[in-house]
Amino acid sequence: MAEAAIGGGGAMVTADGVPLKVSLRRAERRRKLTAVLLVAPLLIFILVTFVLPIADMMWRSVDNPLVAGTLPRTVQALEGWDGSGLPEEPVYAALAADLAAAQKERAAGRLAVRLNYEMSAARSLIGGTARRAARLEPPYKAALIDLNERWGEPEIWQIIQRERGLLTASYYVSAVDMRFAADGGIVAQPDYQQIYVDLFLRTLGLSLAITLICLVLGYPIAYMLATLPLRYSNLLMILVLLPFWTSLLVRTTAWIVLLQQQGVVNDLLIAAGFITEDGRLQMVHNWVGTVIAMTHILLPFMVLPLYSVMKTIPPSYMRAARSLGANPVTAYMRVYVPQTLPGIGAGAVLVFIISIGYYITPALVGGQSGQMISNLIAYHMQSSLNWGLAAALGTILLAGVLVLYWVYNRIVGTEGLKLT
Amino acid sequence: MALPSYAGPVERAWYYAYRVICAAIFVFLIAPILVIIPLSFNAEPYFTYTHQMLTLDPDGFSLRWYDEFFSSDAWLTSIRNSLIIGVSATLIATALGTVAALGLARRYMPARGLIMGILISPMIVPLIISAAGMFFFYSKLELAQTFLGVILAHAALGTPFVVITVTATLAGFDYSLTRAAANLGAPPVTVFRKVTLPLILPGMIAGGLFAFITSFDEIVIVLFVAGVDQRTIPREMWSGIREQISPTILAAATVLVAVSIMLLATVELLRRRSERLRGIRPD
Repeated sequence: MAEAAIGGGGAMVTADGVPLKVSLRRAERRRKLTAVLLVAPLLIFILVTFVLPIADMMWRSVDNPLVAGTLPRTVQALEGWDGSGLPEEPVYAALAADLAAAQKERAAGRLAVRLNYEMSAARSLIGGTARRAARLEPPYKAALIDLNERWGEPEIWQIIQRERGLLTASYYVSAVDMRFAADGGIVAQPDYQQIYVDLFLRTLGLSLAITLICLVLGYPIAYMLATLPLRYSNLLMILVLLPFWTSLLVRTTAWIVLLQQQGVVNDLLIAAGFITEDGRLQMVHNWVGTVIAMTHILLPFMVLPLYSVMKTIPPSYMRAARSLGANPVTAYMRVYVPQTLPGIGAGAVLVFIISIGYYITPALVGGQSGQMISNLIAYHMQSSLNWGLAAALGTILLAGVLVLYWVYNRIVGTEGLKLT
Repeated sequence: MALPSYAGPVERAWYYAYRVICAAIFVFLIAPILVIIPLSFNAEPYFTYTHQMLTLDPDGFSLRWYDEFFSSDAWLTSIRNSLIIGVSATLIATALGTVAALGLARRYMPARGLIMGILISPMIVPLIISAAGMFFFYSKLELAQTFLGVILAHAALGTPFVVITVTATLAGFDYSLTRAAANLGAPPVTVFRKVTLPLILPGMIAGGLFAFITSFDEIVIVLFVAGVDQRTIPREMWSGIREQISPTILAAATVLVAVSIMLLATVELLRRRSERLRGIRPD
């Protein structure tokens, strides 16, 4: 650090004659640079290994290269079509040429799968036509309609025209149980095909239930931990921390073992005479299992923030309230509980955020009725392979979580994020 | 929290009722973990206590599931894979996270809130979404179904823990110590090695343990990004639960509980040590 001295002009300069202001600014810039350089490796690492993949997934939810890429001539020929009735002969000729080329390059199958998301008969329509496209003779309109009568209906043409762009909204439209109508408007799916909105609502409902149960169970023990003398509370804290540190799969396995029909809880209930041998309760592979196991898994996330807030509340406030004549219930509800609100808020939002994105436990103990939105995302990624729809559902879920995280941040701040 | 002497009979009754309620909740927390431990010594392939076990008949107990666990190729490979992935991911996460935390703790760090938000994001984003994104992206880079892919993914998930714990350690850091060292002629590397590192070491180790347990326990990313050659212990348990549930899983679970107890004890010791160390700083 250079020494400061008063220069000839009256302005402060350092020993080597540089004005102090300049020197200071230079030093600050250097320190800023050091700080940035220290953070840079991790920032780049996270951007490449984590943020880019998620951005890529979000891009996939609107990305639509197949129609324009596989049917370039058809898309161009459809340019002037007004969407009513059937297109003219040049469009059919272009389609025949496109499909013949697609068949040769083995691109027809992917297009067929893509269009099948929009219209359930499209896979066989495209596939079957592509196989015979090279052998078709003009006039193509008559030949194609003869090959498959669906080419004589406007629906498939409307779909090709609608999905000709490089971006599509159709995955999002499906993700909220809607579909495009013939006139281009958006209408609700028929009842029997509505899945996602219900599942989003069930996810919210289950998460809310889990959060409330965690609060009801977590509040008393957090209070006990915060008010007991340290040597007892440290011991009891282990009972909260051990589950927290135990493998998720171990805890899920434990609940399957406990709750299954031939399991320990049913045996205990029979031994105690509450139920009979034939009346064994179904507590796992349905939503009850999901709620019980997830409450157990997330309870520490409620207890720890509550505990850290309660630890800071001086017991003298309650004593003061009592000595001023409040009965114990009034003193507790009007003096103690309001002071714990930040802890309640932090714990509740934390548990809620974690539970709406939960995948493993519902997949293992949820059965049919305990599935959440994550399970459907996984299904579309691994089984139905409709990756666009998986990405759209994931993006909606992510948006919800980020909004909640913003709320959480308003309550506790990132600085308040503590682990031990 | 002793009962005050002015407590009335209702309050007195509530005081004991409250303790019973709390005890029940603690049982709910700990019982599932304790219940499966004896079951892993079951001599029969059942998931419930047999009559012999309840009467403490030695014939009711056996080590056969542990024998199966430690002699099966699938489980041994999964232990090896978990260790390779966990240790590598932890080393990357701890190194990058500690350096970044040193930068974040400086007063001159621009856009700290935004950068902190990005660095913490792997902890906030639901795993299924991270897994979906990585599945697509890593496939394009041909990282899917490789050890490197899983290690990078787990390192990304682990870094927030290191950043948070080391930043917390640095919050109470007395910078006059490093200035004094520099003043006495130590070059920056020596200052870091001899002064900064020993003081932030507890935070680093705690963060590293968090990163390790995150990787060791992680299953969603493994399900999507890892291939058959990278099956970890949780992945093996996952198929065990879904396909052929056998008490070997309980033996595996018991081993994992033992591992968590060791990790928990280490973190607790470090936390106390760090508190003690910080207690002697002058303020």
